[in-house]
Amino acid sequence: MEFVFTEEQAMIGETARAFFAENATSERTRKAMAATGQDAGIDRELWTAFCQELGLSGIGIPESAGGAGLGLVELAIIAEAAGAQVAALPMLGSLALSAQALAAGGSAEQQAAHLPGLLSGAVIAGYVHDAGITANGSSLTGSAGFAAHGSSAQLFVVTSNTGAWLVPADAPCVTVTPLTTMDQTRPYARVTLAAAQGEPLADPAAAIAAAHRAGFVAVAAEALGGAQAALDRTVAYARERVQFGRPIGSFQAYKHRLADLMIEIEQARSAVYWAACAVDEGSEEAALAVHAAKSFAADTFFLCAGNMIQLHGGIGFTWEHDAHLYFKRARAIQSMLGSGEWHREQVATMILGEVA
Amino acid sequence: MKLGFSAADELFRQECADWLNAEMAGEFRDIKGITKLTASPERRKEWEQRLGEAKWGCIGWPEQWGGRNATLAQQVIFAEEYARAGVPGRVNHIGIELAGPTILAFGSEEQKRRFLPDIAAGKTIFCQGFSEPGAGSDLASVRTKGRLENGAWIVNGQKIWTSLAHISDWIFVVTRTEEGSKGPKGLTFLMMEIDQPGIEIRGIKQINGDAEFNETFFTDARCPADSMIGAVGDGWKIAMGLLAFERGVSTLGQQMAFRNELDELIAAAKANSAASNPLIRQRIAKAEIGLRLMRYGALRMLSNTDHSKIDGAALTYKIQWATWRRNLGELAMDVLGQAGEVTEGSEYEWDTLPNLFLYSRADTIYGGTNQIQRNLIAERGLGLPREPRGDV
Repeated sequence: MEFVFTEEQAMIGETARAFFAENATSERTRKAMAATGQDAGIDRELWTAFCQELGLSGIGIPESAGGAGLGLVELAIIAEAAGAQVAALPMLGSLALSAQALAAGGSAEQQAAHLPGLLSGAVIAGYVHDAGITANGSSLTGSAGFAAHGSSAQLFVVTSNTGAWLVPADAPCVTVTPLTTMDQTRPYARVTLAAAQGEPLADPAAAIAAAHRAGFVAVAAEALGGAQAALDRTVAYARERVQFGRPIGSFQAYKHRLADLMIEIEQARSAVYWAACAVDEGSEEAALAVHAAKSFAADTFFLCAGNMIQLHGGIGFTWEHDAHLYFKRARAIQSMLGSGEWHREQVATMILGEVA
Repeated sequence: MKLGFSAADELFRQECADWLNAEMAGEFRDIKGITKLTASPERRKEWEQRLGEAKWGCIGWPEQWGGRNATLAQQVIFAEEYARAGVPGRVNHIGIELAGPTILAFGSEEQKRRFLPDIAAGKTIFCQGFSEPGAGSDLASVRTKGRLENGAWIVNGQKIWTSLAHISDWIFVVTRTEEGSKGPKGLTFLMMEIDQPGIEIRGIKQINGDAEFNETFFTDARCPADSMIGAVGDGWKIAMGLLAFERGVSTLGQQMAFRNELDELIAAAKANSAASNPLIRQRIAKAEIGLRLMRYGALRMLSNTDHSKIDGAALTYKIQWATWRRNLGELAMDVLGQAGEVTEGSEYEWDTLPNLFLYSRADTIYGGTNQIQRNLIAERGLGLPREPRGDV
């Protein structure tokens, strides 16, 4: 029992934070937000550098599958660093969801065919999930409205509650419709399958479970990074902005709100790394922990981002200020991959049983 | 980063559980399951001594002073098994968690020899004399005076909220020993024997009907000069050092008591069908998540050995648990409904959950109110400018 980062983990964190702070600048993120078509919401240069120069894309994928090994703790460290800068990257859909699903549920051939492309960044995968997708043999029909970075994907990992398939984006009977999305750093696309051919993953249950675990932890970690950044930036403002002859951060009405954010963030930090570590260690707490982390960290991020706007006053409401990037990302994280209420109901079912 | 315990640790867990369960099934079965700090004080003092004899009293202390030099993991395990076995809270928690570590850090060798073995043996029960009627959140404004006369300190004044003073043997007191001094300057830290004519203790009846806290009056009370910890004027430094010990491994034992409370709430919700109400389910899930996060926050804080940086988990811990427990008390009453507002007995005494509802209002006040905690977090944790102070 030692609930602190190892030296290696601390180093990965330092490297990742420095990389995103230097490269995922507001200017570059805004350029990605304004882009359309395949580049919508993606800083391509950043993504290539992340995958190839930094070499962090394979973290959390077993070495046997061509990844860098390590686990969800390290994946969370990277997602936290990316989230702190609201980086415009397809990391969630392509790596945390699709690559994890492939690594856990794909056959050796499927992994060999697709993982190298995903990890090098040459191919972007989108993750499409809808309980209503039906399969008639290998022919898939259904529609999913919220594929993150779906317009950029060349390959989809499609899941229902029981099945998992690979579907190339340019296959016949596949329609990808870009959607104008509130969070422009992670635009959604609607993916419609009208009797499209899917290649079933070898172990769909393992694929879905892995994608969920990694997805919940990754967005929770991203939320943690975003929440901390929102607090740090607001603290910096509170120390320099003077009203009534005093820095506004010296007023209790103001500083107590910031203290409340720190209290939530510290818990979110415990939640994220508890969940990641529990999954990595195969602990029986893992199932509860991933729901706790996703719901708690998402709510914490939204609380921090909302306060970031309020505590900046008018400037926080402008397009020019970055507060809205955090605010919109936080809202998106709250809704994606299951709402806070849904995750808490999963926890309630574990401790109280089903509703009588 | 590793959460699992080693095989050796798991063996140690078994050893702890076996011993505790045997005691709770044997000679001390009458105190098993007691949750109130004031219940059965004499038997619980005997229990402190039993722990001491078996060297389970202060396992984290050096062996020289009656401890076992236990590792962090072992301390975590013992705290967890202690509460799991239904053993009541330690009536000497002030002695083992605050007085002992303070003497260890700031006391002379002679004082260590004089106090530590008896604390570890459960023979010396301590209470804390910090707060005064005029010095609550603003602790540095204490007015209780100490003056040196013929080799002894003569103390006059009043302390308040001295938890368990009525069953304690010793009290540590922050006194103003420099005439005319203000604030943190001119304070001295004294250890005083309670059984003397100059000290009078009166219980304070609380909103739950119980009287755990006291007023303690000092009228020419005496303290031999060799019972001063540190030097004259070091009182504030030592008091602040002491408060840092408050966030030790004992927090994990406290959490196991919270676990028992939440389990009781869950059982009540299942019994009266509140567990089928989606809003209650959401709140119970939040409570469950909050408790687990408390555990992992405490493990982060205890695992952290880098004290060069502010430890956010440690700094936010007090307000986190206090607020969680207050919310749990409110949730308990929503689960129980009006059944929680009546009791079958004729005395004004409450079962665990209604008592939790009432008692937890104290949690967000003592040991630094939630408002003071927010100041500390904002100023120390976030580096925000201090609130301008008035004249002291």
